[in-house]
Amino acid sequence: MEFQIFGIGILTWLVFLPIVGMIVVLLLPDKKSNAMRWTAAIVTGLQVILAGVIYAIFDRAKVGVNDIESFQFVEQFSWITVEAVPWVGRIEIEYFMGLDGLSVLMVMLTALIGFIGVISSWNIEKMVKGYFALYLLLVTGMMGVFVALDFFLFFIFWEVMLLPMYFLIGLWGGPRREYAAIKFFLYTFVGGILMLLTMLALYFSVAYIDPATGQSVHTFNMLHMMNPENFVEGSLLFGVDTTWRYVAWMALFINFAIKIPLFPFHTWLPDAHVEAPTPISVILAGVLLKLGAYGLLRINFGILPDATIYFVYFMAALGMISIIYGALCAMAQDDFKKLIAYSSISHMGIVVLGIAALNTQGMVGGVLQMFNHGIITAVLFLAVGVLYDRTQKRGLYDFGGIANQMPRYTGIAVVGMFAALGLPGLNGFVSELFSFLGAFEAYKWITIISVTGIIITAAYILWTVQRVFLGKTPEKLETLKDLTLREYLAFTPLIILIVLLGIYPAPAIELMNASLAHLVEFVTAGGN
Amino acid sequence: MFIQLPLLILLLPLLGFILLIFFGKKLPRNGDWLASGLILLAFVFSLFLLVAKITSHSAEVFSSSFVWVVVGSLNIEFGMMIDNLSVIMLVVVTLVSTLVHLFSIGYMKDDVRYSRYYAYLGLFSFSMLGIVITNNLLLMYVFWELVGISSYLLIGHWYEKKSASNAASKAFIVNRIGDFGMFIGIMILFVSFSTFAFESIFESIAAGQLPFESTGWLTAAGILIFCGAVGKSAQFPLHVWLPDAMEGPTPVSALIHAATMVAAGVYLVARIFPMLTADALLIIAYIGAITALIAATIAITQFDIKKVLAYSTISQLGYMIMALGVGAYTAGFMHLVTHAAFKAGLFLGAGSVIYAMHKVLHARNDHHTDAQDIRNMGGLKSKMPYTYWTFLIFTLAISGIPLTSGFLSKDEILAGTLAFSTLNGHWLLPLIGFVVAGLTAFYMFRLLILTFHGKPSDQSTIAGIKESPLVMTIPLMVLAALSLFFFYSYNPFGATSGWFFAAVERPLSIVPELLQPASAALFYEAVSSVHTTAMILSIIIAVGGVVMALSVYQWKKISAEKMAEKAGILYRGASNKWYCDEIYDRTFVAGTFLLTRVMRWFDENIVDGIVNGAAVVTREFSRISKWTDDNVVDGLVNATANSADRAGSLLSKVQSGKVQTYLVYVIFSFLVLFILFIRI
Amino acid sequence: MEYSIMEWLSDPGLVHFLIVSAMLFSLGLMAVLSQRNVIMVLMGVELILNSANINFIAFSRFTELSLDGHMIALFVIIIAAAEAAVALAIVLNVYNRFKTINLDEISTMKG
Repeated sequence: MEFQIFGIGILTWLVFLPIVGMIVVLLLPDKKSNAMRWTAAIVTGLQVILAGVIYAIFDRAKVGVNDIESFQFVEQFSWITVEAVPWVGRIEIEYFMGLDGLSVLMVMLTALIGFIGVISSWNIEKMVKGYFALYLLLVTGMMGVFVALDFFLFFIFWEVMLLPMYFLIGLWGGPRREYAAIKFFLYTFVGGILMLLTMLALYFSVAYIDPATGQSVHTFNMLHMMNPENFVEGSLLFGVDTTWRYVAWMALFINFAIKIPLFPFHTWLPDAHVEAPTPISVILAGVLLKLGAYGLLRINFGILPDATIYFVYFMAALGMISIIYGALCAMAQDDFKKLIAYSSISHMGIVVLGIAALNTQGMVGGVLQMFNHGIITAVLFLAVGVLYDRTQKRGLYDFGGIANQMPRYTGIAVVGMFAALGLPGLNGFVSELFSFLGAFEAYKWITIISVTGIIITAAYILWTVQRVFLGKTPEKLETLKDLTLREYLAFTPLIILIVLLGIYPAPAIELMNASLAHLVEFVTAGGN
Repeated sequence: MFIQLPLLILLLPLLGFILLIFFGKKLPRNGDWLASGLILLAFVFSLFLLVAKITSHSAEVFSSSFVWVVVGSLNIEFGMMIDNLSVIMLVVVTLVSTLVHLFSIGYMKDDVRYSRYYAYLGLFSFSMLGIVITNNLLLMYVFWELVGISSYLLIGHWYEKKSASNAASKAFIVNRIGDFGMFIGIMILFVSFSTFAFESIFESIAAGQLPFESTGWLTAAGILIFCGAVGKSAQFPLHVWLPDAMEGPTPVSALIHAATMVAAGVYLVARIFPMLTADALLIIAYIGAITALIAATIAITQFDIKKVLAYSTISQLGYMIMALGVGAYTAGFMHLVTHAAFKAGLFLGAGSVIYAMHKVLHARNDHHTDAQDIRNMGGLKSKMPYTYWTFLIFTLAISGIPLTSGFLSKDEILAGTLAFSTLNGHWLLPLIGFVVAGLTAFYMFRLLILTFHGKPSDQSTIAGIKESPLVMTIPLMVLAALSLFFFYSYNPFGATSGWFFAAVERPLSIVPELLQPASAALFYEAVSSVHTTAMILSIIIAVGGVVMALSVYQWKKISAEKMAEKAGILYRGASNKWYCDEIYDRTFVAGTFLLTRVMRWFDENIVDGIVNGAAVVTREFSRISKWTDDNVVDGLVNATANSADRAGSLLSKVQSGKVQTYLVYVIFSFLVLFILFIRI
Repeated sequence: MEYSIMEWLSDPGLVHFLIVSAMLFSLGLMAVLSQRNVIMVLMGVELILNSANINFIAFSRFTELSLDGHMIALFVIIIAAAEAAVALAIVLNVYNRFKTINLDEISTMKG
């Protein structure tokens, strides 16, 4: 697809617009904080428009996954090439981006959440320049991960995302922000190192014959890695079902499980959420967690399908544990943000359970759940942010009777809550339904146990609604004001999506259906 | 017409909901006319549909569906199905809903969230109609949950009260437990047959396909889906939410918790009836019987007017479920319809009484006297004649006294259980059936007498009582008329000859033959042979219950206290609701909370502890390496620097600033050099 | 090789002049190194210069250098005069600044 703007591919625009915005923000004089906000808003707004364009012209029938011909909006040229290195041969790193059904929904989510994050960052007053510069860098990193098809590029974007996040939590966060930021950084960094090692192992194991020169070339190109014929005989990851392939799978899995986060790699999440400022929580839960699940699908499933089949039961079991464990922990929290953080763990467990099913329903459910969870938690964190802005409190017992003071806000927040609870007619239900349906086909008992999670979820969500919104209004809360125009602006698109996709999810599902069906076929065939 | 019209009926209340939720407060009179008008329109259409369907297309089933979404290569379809069952339900739902809308204009006047209330009523009506007309399990589940949430919103309408919001949450969560089973049942069927539609599932089973190739799973699927009904229809052991749900406004109790939503479970069982195996049906029958008995015993001991009615509702729902379980399909469904009319009437009547009581108490600024406690009432008969007379008709109907609709349906159910026992030997079911019939007559007349007859406990309160306005009494009169026999059958002593039995036939079982319950023909033969016995027995028992109630509460021949004392532990158990709530609180609820706290502790101390422990170990390592770095590596570097420094400061002393000293050095050095070079 | 001191003294040669010059140089050096007073130090310098002059003249007289030594000696005298002028000017400035010309007290350059 050669859709270009000023001769530059649409994906490059999408990924690097925020960098342009960042430079503009950095060049602006310190006092012009409003100009910085507007720059960020315009840049992310343009991203939303570009995502809309992609949605409009994306070809639903093309599958992608391991077939370069059916990727869309591809941009591929060699980036770093070193000729004839001793022992290694030619090193080739490509600037290789493309979209298929796996990533297209995530790109849209990133664009939307990025924009909404800017809107909710409007009232940040501390070091505005640094904040927006880092924020835009973060958006670039996230967007890049979703579109990169070269492992090296993927890795770079993965790490690019890490640093701004660290500073955004560590500088603009709550009282224990340093602890949270360091914890986040270390967790992610450990994962990153595992991924780096695996990436190098893959690099040295994979070589393809360059049709132009006939010479054997090592490459970071993920699509080449997905072709089992490209593994060099005798190399570390050569073959099927070898120990080293399992080790490589596990290393990647741990990296992605940390991001998702799956039990027992989840403890950075509650701390990070509690300390992060509202928009960063929104980004964190809305997009960052999806990177983990996306990486699993793109890399673990795509490159090491044999190991995936070997470990898939283990994945499903971890998903189940996360669902139940997250829900139970959420119920015991008395901090609003922590509660949502644990509910995220529970909901992301559904994603893992769904994709571990290795059938189309489960996959569609899982990926849709990624998207839906992104939207729902964004609403929930924004909702907490609204209360926190007004009262500087987050404890569930600090509130009560908000429904009387802020009826519109309550309506919006409760819709978000109900979506998280999996109420039919709202989007959370659809994705949970397909995840569970798919999982049930593959693992009866694991799924039955997991479904008990929906009871616990109902319990803690309703209990939260009761504690925060219902009851008599305490005197100190009687002066609360309902939503401002800016807050409406942040909530409205999300709520519309929640309802729309709840009633008619086909527009989202048709984007990924073909790709996921192909991925299922590809993995279950062991990559052949 | 049979497709578009139901769709329109379905969407009218939804339109009301959307308009009212966004613009309710801006509309004149907060939009109550809009909501009521829309639902009235829906009722008119439904009635038209019913007449058209029953008279000219009785045997046909209209269905239509569209592809909702394509997943992989599976088409997931949504659609609707219009048969006699659904058109009858359409009329029941829209009728009761219309009357409740009307009643609420009086009852909810001056409520702070008046428009919100009507909006939620619209949402509820929409969801309930959805359950009625859907043709597949998934959509059924969707609307199932939606009625659950509208019930949640309406029970919690007065959410400032802690008890109301507690009751709302409890209702939803307990229902979720049932829905959990239903969801798994649906998953079993979908995974096996790749479809949610009733028809296709039945076709596959009839063709000999079984879920996971096992009859056990078929039975399990039936029972699991029935779990949804257990939750929604408040069957034992999930009945505990319904009495608490009485925290909601009384018209809501009439609509949702008496006439329609709680009957959805019965409707669900009727819908999946063909795929239920004999084992599943037997379990269903016993669950229904146990529920009916437990609830009836509790109802005798309650003093809150709404609680009595709530337990009575549970008991009657148990009846319906039991009827379906034994195979008395039509009787069970008919009881659903007749019960909807008289129970809605009872609740609205109770609402009328509470409204009147509340007004008096409010005028006196009395906030201690409970407006719902029947011990504070009595002698209301002359003050509220319309309410009284309609209430009497409803009470007669629920007690199963001839000439009422309740007699028709109840009589058929009892005959059905009796027939079932002659076929299978389960004598416990008819026994419970008759006992509950007697108990029902007793506690209902107890309620009637304590409320309307006798002497009031507080004359001053009763003196101020006034009859409710017309918007409230007209619905009562309509429902009272509908509680008489001639709407259902021209023969007051047999329903089988009426249009209802002609319209609703028990569907054929499609499960493998070995698992089938007794066939309809066999069953009806048995019914007709025991019918007269059952009818006579049921009349005797009902009248006996009434006489008993009269002699205890009206004529005071027998002391209620003494009776209670004699019953001893039984009375205490019943008045404490058989301790269900307490047992659940101590086991499941406390257990869950304990588990959540344990998990939180585990997370914060073990999982995070390991993480932090790793961090501590790393920090210790880094401390050691810092020490090494500071003292060994850096020590060397610093030593070099220090020695240079020392040498510098030592040498700096040479530079005394005195020119002569320098000269001395020069000369001395010169001499030394001179000597050295001379030597060479 | 009988050679008495008196003989050696009565027959003045190069060595005699060199010895005188050396003694003069030593005296001058002594004055330069040990005197506290700047003026005295300057006088010591003059002595050293004169001892050098004696050397020049002596070498000029007793070797083949003819008048070269005289020439240099004349230069030295002239430079000595100039130097004395400059040095005294410095001394005056030093006095103005430090109110003393005692060298021990002028040690601003101490390290």
